[in-house]
Amino acid sequence: MALGFLDRSHTVAPAGWSRWLIPPAALSVHLAIGQAYAWSVFKSPLQESLGLSGTQSALPFQLGIVMLGLSAAFGGTLVERNGPRWAMFVSATCFSSGFLISALGVSLSQFWLVVVGYGLVGGVGLGIGYISPVSTLIKWFPDRPGMATGIAIMGFGGGALIASPWSRQMMDSFGTDTSGIATTFLIHGIVYAVFMSLGVMLIRVPAEGWKPAGWKPAEVNSDLITAADVSARNAIRTPQFWLLWVVLCFNVTAGIGILEKADPMIRAFFEKTSAPVSIAAASGFVALLSLTNMLGRFVWSSASDLVGRKNIYRLYLGVGALMYLIIALTTNSSKLVFILCALVILSFYGGGFATIPAYLKDLFGTYQVGAIHGRLLTAWSAAGVLGPLIVNAIADSQAKAGKSGPDLFSTSLYVMIGLLAAGFLANELVRPVNPKFHEPAAEPGRATAGKDA
Amino acid sequence: MTDERPAPTGNRKPLLVAVWAWVGLPFAYGVYELVQTATKLFGG
Repeated sequence: MALGFLDRSHTVAPAGWSRWLIPPAALSVHLAIGQAYAWSVFKSPLQESLGLSGTQSALPFQLGIVMLGLSAAFGGTLVERNGPRWAMFVSATCFSSGFLISALGVSLSQFWLVVVGYGLVGGVGLGIGYISPVSTLIKWFPDRPGMATGIAIMGFGGGALIASPWSRQMMDSFGTDTSGIATTFLIHGIVYAVFMSLGVMLIRVPAEGWKPAGWKPAEVNSDLITAADVSARNAIRTPQFWLLWVVLCFNVTAGIGILEKADPMIRAFFEKTSAPVSIAAASGFVALLSLTNMLGRFVWSSASDLVGRKNIYRLYLGVGALMYLIIALTTNSSKLVFILCALVILSFYGGGFATIPAYLKDLFGTYQVGAIHGRLLTAWSAAGVLGPLIVNAIADSQAKAGKSGPDLFSTSLYVMIGLLAAGFLANELVRPVNPKFHEPAAEPGRATAGKDA
Repeated sequence: MTDERPAPTGNRKPLLVAVWAWVGLPFAYGVYELVQTATKLFGG
């Protein structure tokens, strides 16, 4: 049966398979689905060609992010059971189909098809694709799980960097009328299907009992790194899961606090100084933030393999709060200080995303870490609402009160410090998981629920 | 099963180069475009 190719039993690596083939497999999925954050390049062309409002043109992206959270949360166990190749295939099919349905929708001037295609169908591809390589990477790199997941999750950040100029150039060539956008969507669907197929073909799970040459698990000696396994069902019953939920949610909220308003924020901060920031310079600032967000995913997550997961989150949350405090206190006295602090905060934002799968693996084992990660991503969805809501609501109310410049954002900065302090406290409260939640040591048939996934 | 033998990656080198290039080249393009935009920060 053709679909047997997707089965977990067909993905067990032969002897001598290099584990360095696994990160490109993961990247081929994450670099593709990371396109989601470049949706904004389609907004204006869609608004003009289909007569949409700004709110309407954002709908496909918003639904896509909602579906990302839902499919990661509810599809995680399926991903563990069916294995990474199945998951990558589902992701590639849904994500590229989403573009093809959207192409049809635009060519027929039926915007609802774009919402259903990109948002609903493509959104499932986002969620399943996001968690698809996590468990497998951790199993191939038990000695460096932070680095391995950091590479994949950096890819998600890098996806928008590729898609944004590529999509824009394509619309420059084909035009921004319905025909041009439909052609652009069609090509996106085909190219992403081909690009992601590399991951589907290349992904392998390590054979039972495989470990890297010379690596001895017994050398790992930390209370917070367990040798036991916890199922996804049990994990959400532990305080550790919800403490990490708070950590991720508040760390992401704090990052979004800068990212959401980066452009207007830097211009407002320095508008009344001797060196105001131009529109072009502000766009450069936003780009630099994206770069550090992406690099932070790899650098900080890799560093967590050396210093430990709890310590690295102390850095993200503690030093992150300090950076916000410096911005709040120095306001517009130094452009360099403002930029450096914002860059550090964004690198911690990316690092927080990339390090969380390894933290979960440390606490809950590798058994269903992908499914647990999927459930934890609901914290991202919550932060996606919370961050912009806080910053926009406060900036609007301050503007109504007649304030301007840095005063528009000062209250938000202190709110972010409070959130980071709460996240810091939650991280301090993380202790090893109570053994009553551990899976029995030698339960027959447990492997079918994800041991090899 | 432990991979204790000398890593037999020699015969997989072309595959390794090809798959890293598959993902690395688009990524490099994205980073290049981003750096081009980021330099505007220092121009104004």
